[in-house]
Amino acid sequence: MSQRNDLAEYLLRLGDSALVTGQRLCEWCGRAPALEEELALMNVGLDLIGQARGWYDYAAELLDDGRNADALAFKREERDFRNLLIVEQPNGDYAITTLKLFFYDAWHLPTLEQLSESSDERIAGVAGKALKEARYHFKRSSEWVIRLGDGTDESHRRISDAVDRLWRYTIEMVNIDPLEQELAKTGLAADPAFVAEQWQARVAKVFEEATLKLPEPAVPFYLNGRQGLHTEHLGQLLAEMQFLPRAYPDATW
Amino acid sequence: MYAQLVDTGVKRVKSLDEMTPEERAFQEKVDADIKIEPKNWMPEGYRRTLIRQISQHAHSEVVGMLPEGNWLTRAPSLKRKLQLMAKIQDEAGHGLYLYSAMETLGADRDEEIEKLHAGKVKYSSIFNYPTLNWADIGAIGWLVDGAAIVNQVALQRTSYGPYSRAMIRICKEESFHQRQGYDILLTMMREGNDAQKAMVQDAINRFWWPSLMMFGPHDADSPNSAQSMSWKIKRHTNDELRQRFLDQTVPQLEFLGCTAPDPDLKWNEKTGHYDFGPIDWAEFYAVIAGNGPCNRERLETRRNAIEDGQWVREAATAHAAKRAKKQTAA
Ligand SMILES: [Fe+2]
Ligand SMILES: [Fe+2]
Ligand SMILES: [Fe+2]
Repeated sequence: MSQRNDLAEYLLRLGDSALVTGQRLCEWCGRAPALEEELALMNVGLDLIGQARGWYDYAAELLDDGRNADALAFKREERDFRNLLIVEQPNGDYAITTLKLFFYDAWHLPTLEQLSESSDERIAGVAGKALKEARYHFKRSSEWVIRLGDGTDESHRRISDAVDRLWRYTIEMVNIDPLEQELAKTGLAADPAFVAEQWQARVAKVFEEATLKLPEPAVPFYLNGRQGLHTEHLGQLLAEMQFLPRAYPDATW
Repeated sequence: MYAQLVDTGVKRVKSLDEMTPEERAFQEKVDADIKIEPKNWMPEGYRRTLIRQISQHAHSEVVGMLPEGNWLTRAPSLKRKLQLMAKIQDEAGHGLYLYSAMETLGADRDEEIEKLHAGKVKYSSIFNYPTLNWADIGAIGWLVDGAAIVNQVALQRTSYGPYSRAMIRICKEESFHQRQGYDILLTMMREGNDAQKAMVQDAINRFWWPSLMMFGPHDADSPNSAQSMSWKIKRHTNDELRQRFLDQTVPQLEFLGCTAPDPDLKWNEKTGHYDFGPIDWAEFYAVIAGNGPCNRERLETRRNAIEDGQWVREAATAHAAKRAKKQTAA
């Protein structure tokens, strides 16, 4: 595979994780625990879907096969999606949603820190803008993990249950993916070792403040979002999200 | 209009010489277009009417997120999804902003929301209609936000300072929503296939009359209008605003190449306005009374959101208390 294709693949990974996270946040509309949270969740979702569009636009140029950003978002099958498994997990209660966002943000932030200095100007541009947004996202989700962990007995129990449920998917934030490692060598992608280290440190620090027990590092298992091997939840999410463009394939909206 | 049938609790408007000196000073200020501010003396009826009107308006912004949220996960392109998310975020902001304006009158947001969830107070009838195809999102932006703007532009000159300022800020965003909504419909009509064009006409057929009902009953059936007008809580009558909305909307409808579900709709050379057919007030009162297509679901969703979120809010409060304690100890 050419470096051009590898890079497009990498951009799809970034875009898909951002889009799927944003889509899950859309599901919260009108259902958040407070009006302030409605605003915050929608705001984070807007940032992420905006970023996804930035990554898809560039991926579409590199792929150069007639597909645009919308086609990449709305016409690919679940096996072609490259997002992290954690972001496709159902929203559950506010503890699960919060923790999903936090685990993602703790990965996203160091990733963007590196990408904002990418040797590819286009990547550096998208990441530079996204980095400011991701700083706020990380701050916000960290604060919520701490509030829920060190809040009431009930909130502590719920967020601990969420850790239990979601921890296995964190393997994808700390494992070293060969394609990303290769791209990082040329300064194009984020260095997965750096991201893993940052992720662990950030999570450990916030968990301590949240009085949460840090589990043993997650171990690899059968599924792998980067390879398009997803949980059953992604297909359902895409069926809903992609319904109109698939029902009316040539329509303009 | 997001506030319909707001009760003033007043049977008959007092004349200046029937008023106490305080009431008279207040009315003279209102007559002179001097804004009333939270610290100023105001008649109890004025305060209570405003709380009812502003809270109804705020509840409407929040409940109004639900019909749009129904299509948020199915928006057909990245651009449309981003636009709709931004719009819904604005509406949540309007809700917050209006609740704050309401709290300057001594009301409490949580208490007013509780009244809403108990079915004791209302929100705009329009949000009890279902969104059944994507064009509904366009129709809501164009017609519903459009009707809201006509009402809210008038309310920029309302006598209560914080409400008037909230309206000025909100109106700018609402006009943006309206243009985006119209753009959804125009794109579907100009560049769309037959199925898409049918969706647009279907959406207009369903939202046309409910949008006209947003302005509330005819003036003759609007017993609270006189007092609200004299307090300048309301600046124009229901029928005036409805006519203004219709006059600006019909040319836009024609430009779309669509029709209204009203055989009596036609330009009247003599009056310089559009004439329109009879409004089905039985439907309006049924929807207001709780028997609309989605009343139960809308309220249930909002009630569940607040009930399911209780442990989250409690955790935030408990954590803030722990943190404050630590800080004083340190
Ligand atoms: Fe609004
Ligand atoms: Fe609105
Ligand atoms: Fe609006």
